[in-house]
Amino acid sequence: MNPKVKIDKLNVHFGQTHAVKDVSIDVPENTVTAIIGPSGCGKSTMLRSLNRMHDLFPSARVTGKVLLDGGDIYDRKVDPVSIRRRVGMVFQKPNPFPAMSIYDNVVAGYKLNGRVKKSDADEIVETSLRRVALWDEVKDRLKNNSMELSGGQQQRLCIARTIAVQPEVILMDEPASALDPISTLKIEELIEELAEKYTIIIVTHNMQQAARVSDYTAFFYMGDLIEWGETKKLFTTPEKKQTEDYITGRFG
Amino acid sequence: MMNTVTLRNLKNSLITVSMVCATVAVLVPLGLIFFHIMKMGASSINLDFFIHIPKPTGETGGGMANGMVGSALLIALASTIGIPVGVFGALYLVEFGGSRASNAIRFAADVLAGVPSIITGMVAYTLLVVPMKGFSALAGAVALALIMVPIVLRTTEEQLKMVPGSLREASLALGVPLWRTCLKVTLRSATKGVMTGILLSIARVAGETAPLLFTALGNQFWSHKLTEPIAAMPLQIFNFAIAPYEDWHRLAWAGALVLVTVMFALSLTARYLGRSKQQS
Repeated sequence: MNPKVKIDKLNVHFGQTHAVKDVSIDVPENTVTAIIGPSGCGKSTMLRSLNRMHDLFPSARVTGKVLLDGGDIYDRKVDPVSIRRRVGMVFQKPNPFPAMSIYDNVVAGYKLNGRVKKSDADEIVETSLRRVALWDEVKDRLKNNSMELSGGQQQRLCIARTIAVQPEVILMDEPASALDPISTLKIEELIEELAEKYTIIIVTHNMQQAARVSDYTAFFYMGDLIEWGETKKLFTTPEKKQTEDYITGRFG
Repeated sequence: MMNTVTLRNLKNSLITVSMVCATVAVLVPLGLIFFHIMKMGASSINLDFFIHIPKPTGETGGGMANGMVGSALLIALASTIGIPVGVFGALYLVEFGGSRASNAIRFAADVLAGVPSIITGMVAYTLLVVPMKGFSALAGAVALALIMVPIVLRTTEEQLKMVPGSLREASLALGVPLWRTCLKVTLRSATKGVMTGILLSIARVAGETAPLLFTALGNQFWSHKLTEPIAAMPLQIFNFAIAPYEDWHRLAWAGALVLVTVMFALSLTARYLGRSKQQS
């Protein structure tokens, strides 16, 4: 089976810093791939190059290829906006639009891009909120401001907002690191469910989390991809000494 | 031990007293100006003042209606030129500007803000009055717009910078193009602060006299043609105040009172907007 996302010899430079070095990974469709490694090892930088978020920083330079369904997203003819519609992103800190209601946040991807029919919007809001298991908690106060939700609810709202625009791939940058354990658990359950429909790539600091939610795991260290493979195998019989040291807690 | 505490208390009250004095020194002139203008102007404010144009020399009565309408027109026109330039310039600085280009723009705006307003009037004179062979409301509005641009630009820039990057990223990650993100997320989030800056810039130009002296020129009669000289409150106040007629002096005081009240109201609104923003 062809991979949904094929990262091929990807390099990212920030000014003088070589943040991601010659990384190649295959991400199969409808799976969860976790990216682990110590702080500052280039995990987030790698993730953000998968939907061309680095385009906004003039100092960032990306070389190599990222193939989405076989097409290079860094091809000159490709519009980064069209890539971001197919590859959604959930950030570390919940970032709902503070001036918008819960309802408007879910359909923000449509509203910011123009108009959306009321009946369509109603349906999108309900399905998206149900999918992130937030519907029952907020269905009576959809018009309230999104900032009155708890951190965990806000993050699920952000995930609902992301899946509302029906992406194919969802990137998650430590989506639970700012949340309490119960909210974290809910997000993790959610990730497993979402994997039935979407291809998910998640950056996490938390190795237990990677072991719990992912099918594949990639271990990064200082911008290098040290090892990647099936999660079970990587956590039980890692090939490299460095990986073993990290997952057994000897450094990092 | 006792000594150091006494000394510290002494220092404390000394500083407190000097701060109170400084506060009073700031507030007293403001109060004096306002009450003096109130005393001199209030008696001349009546309905006539708001609905009539100045009477010819020698006749009593008359008002500044043409000046008020003229000022409103000048400010409206200056705003339609100055606000978009300032706001979009700020958006450019924050969202697209490479560091060198944005530094140049910022520097230019700061210099422009420091240019004496009479010079701004001369610029408009050279650019519009000379080629058009006549004083005009348009030239006056351009002069005022030149004063508004740097104020709007810098305040808007400060406000836009305070919009968290995470909101822009959230919007972009949803596949919203950068320009739509700028308008609908970044600018929208900063609306209140931007409005504050705009109101302050309007309050600033509402009282400007020098740039209008040889652009809008002033007019004793009604005029709403943009290509003709137009009356403006500060100009009328200036002309009436230096004229040798007692009646005109009264009108000048009344005009000053109206102008100060309008600016006071604008500043209060701006403050109110600024405050409610901090709470949300």
